[in-house]
Parts: sequence; C-alpha cells; structure tokens
Amino acid sequence: MPPLLEMLGIVRTFGAVRANDNINLTVQSGEILGLLGENGSGKSTLMKVLYGMLPPDSGDIRFRDAPLDAKSPFDAIKAGIAMIHQHFMLVEAMTVTENILLGWPGGGQVLKHKQMAEHIRQASRRFGLDLDPDARISALSLGRRQRVEILKAILRDAELLILDEPTSNLAPTEVRELLDIMRRLRSEGKGIVFISHKLPEVLDVCDRVVVLRAGKLAGEAAVASISREQLAEMMVGRNVPMPRVTEGEHRRGALRLSVRGLSATGLSAITFDLRGGEILGIAGVDGNGQLELAEALAGLRPVTDGIVLIGDHDATQASVTARVEMGLAYLPADRSHTALVKAMTVFDNLMLRDSRRPPYGTRALLTPKTGVARARDLMAQYDIRAPGVDFVVGQLSGGNQQKVVIARELSRAPTAVVAHQATWGLDPGATRFVLDQMIALRQQGAAIVYISSELEEILSISDRIAVMAGGAIAGVTPNRNVDLRQIGLWMSGRHA
Amino acid sequence: MIEFLAASIRIATPILLAALGGILSERAGVFAVGLEGMMLVGAFGATIGTWASDSAYAGLVLALVGGAAMGLVVSVVAVRFRADNMVTGLAANIVALGLTSYLMRIIASSGAPIAIHNTLLPVLPIPGLVDIPEIGPLLFAHPPLTYLTLILCIALTFLLNRTQIGLTLRATGENPEVVYASGLNPLLVRMLAVIACGAVAGLGGAVLSMQQVGTFTDSMTSGRGYLALAALIVGRWTPWGAAAACLVFGAAEAFELRLQGFGVPVSSYVVQMVPYLIGLAVLAGLGRNSRMPAAIGLPLHRDR
Ligand SMILES: Nc1ncnc2c1ncn2[C@@H]1O[C@H](COP(=O)(O)OP(=O)(O)OP(=O)(O)O)[C@@H](O)[C@H]1O
Ligand SMILES: [Mg+2]
Repeated sequence: MPPLLEMLGIVRTFGAVRANDNINLTVQSGEILGLLGENGSGKSTLMKVLYGMLPPDSGDIRFRDAPLDAKSPFDAIKAGIAMIHQHFMLVEAMTVTENILLGWPGGGQVLKHKQMAEHIRQASRRFGLDLDPDARISALSLGRRQRVEILKAILRDAELLILDEPTSNLAPTEVRELLDIMRRLRSEGKGIVFISHKLPEVLDVCDRVVVLRAGKLAGEAAVASISREQLAEMMVGRNVPMPRVTEGEHRRGALRLSVRGLSATGLSAITFDLRGGEILGIAGVDGNGQLELAEALAGLRPVTDGIVLIGDHDATQASVTARVEMGLAYLPADRSHTALVKAMTVFDNLMLRDSRRPPYGTRALLTPKTGVARARDLMAQYDIRAPGVDFVVGQLSGGNQQKVVIARELSRAPTAVVAHQATWGLDPGATRFVLDQMIALRQQGAAIVYISSELEEILSISDRIAVMAGGAIAGVTPNRNVDLRQIGLWMSGRHA
Repeated sequence: MIEFLAASIRIATPILLAALGGILSERAGVFAVGLEGMMLVGAFGATIGTWASDSAYAGLVLALVGGAAMGLVVSVVAVRFRADNMVTGLAANIVALGLTSYLMRIIASSGAPIAIHNTLLPVLPIPGLVDIPEIGPLLFAHPPLTYLTLILCIALTFLLNRTQIGLTLRATGENPEVVYASGLNPLLVRMLAVIACGAVAGLGGAVLSMQQVGTFTDSMTSGRGYLALAALIVGRWTPWGAAAACLVFGAAEAFELRLQGFGVPVSSYVVQMVPYLIGLAVLAGLGRNSRMPAAIGLPLHRDR
C-alpha cells in the first residue's frame, strides 16, 4: 500500500537560513509519526509547507496517492489534512460551535446552530472529548481549547492530523487524555504527525520518529527499537541528562524573598521564606494559582492581603519597575503577550526592561553602540538562533523566542527570580541550559521561585518543593527522599 | 407627539443606513471612518442618476455604485496596502467632499440648470396597517427607503448571526489568522466587507438627497457619517443596537428643532455634542471588556 503522505526533497529558505534542507518524510495510514528536533530545526516550517501556509522553494508532496500542491490551507483542508498549531487557531470571543463551523463547507450557508451543537455534543462524547458546544473559547482551559481543535479536525474527516507541540501547555492529566485520543484516531486509520520536545510522551505514543537537525534530516527510527538516551543523542548529538542539585554544596545567604499571607484573586494566604542560594520548586497541576502567584510576585496583579519583602524592601505595593530595581527578575509563562513584543527586534526585546541602565542607556538617552554589543554577547551566550540582533522576534522559532526572554531576565544578575514555565517549548538541550542557568544563579546567591508543571524539572533543581492546589500551598517538603505519592495527593488537593 | 416621533424616524433613517454599512466594515476589522464620504458620494450619485435619467431606480443604482466605489478605494488602500484605517478614512472623506463639490460645479457650468431639483420619493402608506389609530401613520406611512432600512436591519442581523458569510466576517474582525488557517481568505473578506459598507452607506446618502432634500448641496451629509460611527459604537456593533441609538439621536435632534421652534434658547451645538458624548461614555464604560472586534484596525500579515 502506498503511504498516506510522502514529502520528497522539500527545501524552504528564509533569506540565508535554510529552514528545510532537502527533507523526505512519509506517514502511513494508522501511524503516529514523531517529528523531533531542537528549537529552530525546521519542524514547524516543514508542517506549514505541507499545510499550504508556506510555499516550498522546491520539493514534491504526494497525499493519498495523488500530487498535492497546496497554495493555501484551503487546498490542504480539502485534501484531508488538518493542522493544530503551536499557538491555537481559535476565535476566543466565539463559541465552540461557531469555531467549528468557521470555514466548514459541511455547515451549509445558513447556519443551524442547534443542530450543529447537537452534532458536536455527540461527536465529542464518542471521542471522549466532553465539550460544551455553547461555551465561549475564552472561558476554556488550554486543554479544552485543544480538544476543540481536535474535534474540528475530526468533524472535517481529516485523514492526516498535524499536531505541533500540542502538549507544551497541558497539565499531565490532559496530556494523558490527548495521547489516548491520538491512539483512538490511529485505530480508526488516521495518520498523525506529532511534534514534541518531551521524549517520554514521544516514546509512549509514537510508532516511528524522524529527527531534524538544523534543517536537515538527522535520523529515523522505529520507537520499539530505540531508548530515550539514543533519541536525545539523535536530536542534539549528545545525551542530556537532567542536572541534579545536592544540598550543602554552598552556604545559604540572607533572606531574599519573604512572602506572608499573600492573597489575591485566585490566590489565598501564600506564605514562604527564601534565602539566597535557595531554589523553591512550585509544582502543581496548571491552573491552580501558579499564574496568580507569579503575577502577584512580579507586581502584575493587585494584592488583596499579605506582604511581599524583596531583600529588605517592602515590595507589596511596589511597581514592576521598582521590583526590577530591587533585584527581581520575572520569566512569565505567557511569552507572546507578557514577555515579548513580537513585532520588535531581538535587540529591542533584550533591552526592554533595562533600557534606562547601562549598557543600553542612561535615564534619558539610549546608547545603541554599547547596547548592541551587549545584545550580540547575549545572543551568543544564550544561543539565540537568529540572523542578527535586528531580526524581528515574532519570526524566531518558538524555542528561540523563549531564549530571548531568558537572556534578558537572567543576564541582569538578579538577586531574586520568579520563573513560571521557563522551559515551555524548549528542546531538551535548551531545557538543560535553562536549568543549569538556574543552578548557576543559585550558586551566586540568588533566591529562586521555580514554578513548573514539569515535576521532573522541579525534582531536579529544587532545594524545597511546594505543591499548589486550588490557589493555596497544599504542602511543602525538602527535596530529599521525596514521597511522590504524597506529592500526587497534594496536587489533587487532598490534604492527606 | 406623533409628529415628533415621525421626525425622529426621519432623521434616524440615513444615519442608520450608514451605521449598518459601518457594522459590516467594523465587524470585519476595518474602522469605518470613511462613512461620511461614502454617504456623500451616495447622495451625489442618487441626485445625478435621477436627474440624468429621470428614473429613481437609476438614482438608487448610482448611489450604490458610488458608495461602493468609495468603499473599493478605502479597501484597496487600507486593507490591501495596509494603510492606517483612520488616516485612510479621513482622507476618503476629504476627497469625497472635494470631488462631489467639483463635479457639481462642472455639471452646473455645462449648461444644466443651476439647481438640480428632483421630486422627492413619495410616501408609500401600507394599506390596512396605516389605518390603525395613532401608530398607523407613525409606522406605516414612510417613503420606500425607510422600509428598506428596516428590512436591511433584519437582513444584516440574520446575515451576521446565522450564515457562514456572517460567521466568516465576524471571525475576520476577531482574528484573521484563524480565518486564514481555516482555509479562507481574510483579505478578500475585508475588502468585500468594506465595499459592501460603501454601498449601504451610499444608500444612506440617497435617503438624504432623494427622500428628504431633493437635490445635492455641498457637504450635505454634514457629519451624519460620524454620527453613524457613534451610533454603531453605542449600539455595540449590532444592527438593532445601532437602530436604537439612531432613534435616540434622531429624537434628540427633533427635540432640539422643536425647542428652537418655541424660541427656547438652547445652543444647537450643545445638542449636537450629545451623541458623541454618549459614544465616548460607552467606549469608556466598555473598557477592555468591550465587544469591540478584537482585531479591528490591525493590518493583515505581510505573507498572508
Ligand atoms: N517567517 C519566518 N521568517 C524568517 N525566518 C523564519 C520564519 N519562520 C521560521 N524561520 C526560521 O526558520 C528556522 C526554523 O524555524 P521553525 O519554526 O521551523 O523551527 P521549529 O523546529 O519549529 O522550532 P521550535 O521547536 O522552537 O518550535 C528558524 O531558524 C527560524 O528562525
Ligand atoms: Mg515550532
């Protein structure tokens, strides 16, 4: 039987960057193919070429045994391809039904909302998706939004599903459910391309993997015959184990961050003390107050009660800028809105919060010469892969955008750090790099609050672990012989 | 009283038509600053068309075509070439004012009578209904374009909420990238929406010149396009909301005329400010929570 999809000799360049360099790829019906590679290796580009969003410079595509030359997503959708993007493609102000109807020829010219809603309810039940057709997208969690995208693809009878980093911002239970849905689609004979940086889930769900490196095909393997270490090596050319901090490597410093009874909307009575040289890992299922805590600490969310001390300063009512001057760095989870101005250049984004200080400028004027030199250094040091400091951030690959944020915040030599989902969308190598940076800052005496839904990372770098549930801290434990069962109980909100 | 309400409806009709056009444009994501110019060209086209051919139908067609042409210009500049919506709209208004005044002079100097005067469209009482006491004459004795406005209001509500076209249009105003990824063409959607906006607003101009004045005078819309803009904001970008706002504005103006008739010293400037003040208050009240289309005024991506 011929393969469902065949891509042959795909080349796509952006100026001097060869994002895809002669790539061949096949997908069979009833197969889940893992597409792996470091940040900027060309995965999203290859899929956008397939989906008709980017014309290739050269190369051929065959789909369902016929040539496919998609000039726009319209052609790809018609041929039976659905793509779920790294950043969701849903209209937030509209309902689930409206989003599914959008651009769907099966919906007819005059919309039958009621009938469609019933159809959606049934289909969502059949696939175990459990969606309310009348819910507005803006009211749904990220996991739910993804289900809307999946349902949209299913209802359009897509034969091939492209999932670009679908698990990056899902809670662990949501990930498990997604993988189940993928298996069910596979058993119905659909082909799936699954892009992910998380090797365990790739090994769990995929049949075969293809690895890209710097735009080129770097390897291919059946999952049954490969180990996690081998896979990591194929991706980055070396194995990248998690780092491990051990207690007593260095002395604790003075009190750097002190939080007493901190309350805000969605946050109740958070209390902890953090000394210099200490990392407090905050675990928990996403959406249990982590965002609220991070924002309250950074000064982005009004505090209703309690106090925050940064060093000796009372920062409870301090502005964002004042907190930066007290030595606080903030890595927000939502990079596209809070952390970066996507339409501005790498340089602009690097100096964004420091433009009033050398080397970027003085109180009144910018000093571009020294500033640009500094930005170049940071690009090299943090391995930001872009053609130059004048490159627009929005055009960088997802992982490289995140590196810009990290470079800006951590290069300031902060004394206190609040990091929320800092490795969101980063490949294993870059993840390791961020964790190493955190450890280095700890060694230099910074106090770090490391909020993540990746328990593995928390276990790897924390001195102490706190678990959040329902907007409060459910429990705290030193990172020594941790009882994972206990952590799980705390996460589920039960105080055992 | 009946007379006062009828006056309100009369004043509201052209503004509402322009506002309906504006809703098409803004729900697709393009600020409808050019409404004033579109109305003006519509009023001009209606006058010239009727006068030259002696047929009201030709006048209507020319009003539609003229308004649509303005819409086409705005859509090419603001959508296709991604120019700023505000600047484009204002420029279109200025061009429309200059162009219509200039063409009027040319026609006048080419031997036509100095004042073109067409007979007004007649009132069409709806048989039976018009005999209902009190409300009959108020609701069922209007010239044809007033009924058409009501029909358009119903049709636009249906179009926006119940059809694939309306859904696509709204989605384009909210998030054009999603529309593109769904296999549709947001650029085309926006261009067509702005052209349709021009046609409907042109009809609004035709109401003025064919139904209320009978001729074209320089700058005869005198700010009604901006009033329509205020009405669609107050009406939260929905046809019925805009209709309600237009009736309130119409009533305010009718009231002012009445007061002046009785010799009460109110400054007309104060009364004219009212709609815009309401508009500003609504905008401020809406705040970030507004139902304003999320992607309004934002240009489409370069590579789409
Ligand atoms: N629109 C664009 N203009 C210029 N360069 C681009 C554009 N899109 C992608 N690139 C470049 O192409 C390369 C591949 O990017 P791509 O987004 O495909 O990477 P990726 O493998 O998806 O990475 P990630 O895992 O970080 O999402 C990068 O170097 C990126 O900067
Ligand atoms: Mg990508």
